[in-house]
Amino acid sequence: MLRLEGLSKVYGTGDRALTDVSFTVEPGQVVGLIGPSGAGKSTLIRCINRLVEPSAGKISLGDLDITQLSRGGLRQARRRIGMIFQEYALVERLTVMENVLSGRLGYVGFWRSFFRKFPPESVENAYRLLDRVGLSAHVNKRADALSGGQRQRVGIARALEQDPDLLLIDEPTASLDPKTSRQIMRLIIEICDERGLPAIINIHDVALAQQFVQRIIGLQGGKVVFDGSPDELDADVLTRIYGEEDWSATIRKVDEDAEGTEDSAEEIAAALDRERLAGLT
Amino acid sequence: MAPVMTDTSSEQVTSGPVWRKRTTKQELALWLGWLVLAAFFIFCWQIMTKTTIWAFVYDAPRQALDIGSRMVPPRWEYLPNLLEPLWDTIAIATLGTLLALFMAVPVAFLAARNTTPSTRFIRPVALLIIVSSRSINSLIWALLLVAIIGPGVMAGIVAIAFRSIGFVAKLLYEAIEEIDATQVEAVSATGASKAQIMDYAVVPQILPAFAGITVFRWDINIRESTVLGLVGAGGLGLRLQESLNVLAWPQVTIIFILILITVLVSEWVSAKVRHAII
Repeated sequence: MLRLEGLSKVYGTGDRALTDVSFTVEPGQVVGLIGPSGAGKSTLIRCINRLVEPSAGKISLGDLDITQLSRGGLRQARRRIGMIFQEYALVERLTVMENVLSGRLGYVGFWRSFFRKFPPESVENAYRLLDRVGLSAHVNKRADALSGGQRQRVGIARALEQDPDLLLIDEPTASLDPKTSRQIMRLIIEICDERGLPAIINIHDVALAQQFVQRIIGLQGGKVVFDGSPDELDADVLTRIYGEEDWSATIRKVDEDAEGTEDSAEEIAAALDRERLAGLT
Repeated sequence: MAPVMTDTSSEQVTSGPVWRKRTTKQELALWLGWLVLAAFFIFCWQIMTKTTIWAFVYDAPRQALDIGSRMVPPRWEYLPNLLEPLWDTIAIATLGTLLALFMAVPVAFLAARNTTPSTRFIRPVALLIIVSSRSINSLIWALLLVAIIGPGVMAGIVAIAFRSIGFVAKLLYEAIEEIDATQVEAVSATGASKAQIMDYAVVPQILPAFAGITVFRWDINIRESTVLGLVGAGGLGLRLQESLNVLAWPQVTIIFILILITVLVSEWVSAKVRHAII
């Protein structure tokens, strides 16, 4: 269970990124964090594993108060928190296997990791995970030889290799096409279900969030302005989060989106091309 | 700056607004600036050439031809005497580069903003090492070192190494500062230690730059070590010095040819290596 209490972050420049954010994530719950750019979504999830130091407030993972930890304690806590990134953040020049095994770095000493001598059970687990995310055939390829969707799968495997108690997921689909986005989201949700793993997912795409998560938290100007089920997201709520706009299309689109884009990425591409051509004339 | 409207009484009555990059005043100032610069150049030229003995300058083509004619034909029998110094030259460059790497890599990590332990205290020291190494030419390093550790190959190796530290460390620390921070973030998020983050997130990203810098510097060092012998630090330069002292021009020619070939080969090798990495 993850609990945030009165979390605030003020950057050195004086920018207030987060103000008094409090919520609790139950075991096995997947939370979608939505909000406009600059609302503090990235800062929020980076505060949880202290890639960004929070200015005030308390973060507890189970009984552990993360904000009070020393350097060594923080390293131990980070081992329990898996993170998945927007631009995958794989080490491009290392192989897929090395990237996945880097999830075990917190558990092995420097020289073992330097000579890539990971414990057999870690390697076995890595093979299992790569199989689970459908990358068995690419184990020894370099990460930069993979496509976007494949890279994000490696990112997922790396996070799971940590055997985490919590997943922090920062815009997992922002660099992916609509079809791959849905596949990746589905994979993440399935895995969280299989393992009863709680997760916080920063997500830009409201429709995608509605389609896949059980709970949505809306962030606006560093404050929580909505916390509820995806069904409660109506024009009113969206206006509160993002500001005044015609939301009717966005809300209605949810169901169509879920069905329509499933297996017709080409159609969308074709439609986009048509739009582009139309724009030229 | 407001756009300048041209004279409205011109032929074209319906001409739109005219755009100019500079106003008339700026244009004038610019020309004046160029004029001052030209005047300054002429002034300096006069000071520079005050001590020139023009008779010698007019004589230069004849002198050059004279030396040229003495330099041909090259004395090919001298070539076997050069093989050992050539080997010394290559050894000086290679060992000097290796020695420099050992010292430059830590300095680079201490100088890079994102890996230095302290921006306030350690980084300036690292930068000072880089600047002092770079500001002294390897020939001058050799001059000092020949006096300190005596003439010979050793002085050459150390001179090349000292000059190369700054070069390698500077390029390397710039490469370190340009790495993708999110990869570092991702590896630290797994609970990796500082050393592990270096090994997994930083080193893989700078490895191509590191290899490129190394062969590039080795290539430069081959060229520099050919002249180090002039001050007694071993290698081909030693033979060059001897031949010049006795005015043995045909021998000088053969040394020049050998240096040219060596440099060509080293450039070819370093180009190949860099191409293979990048």
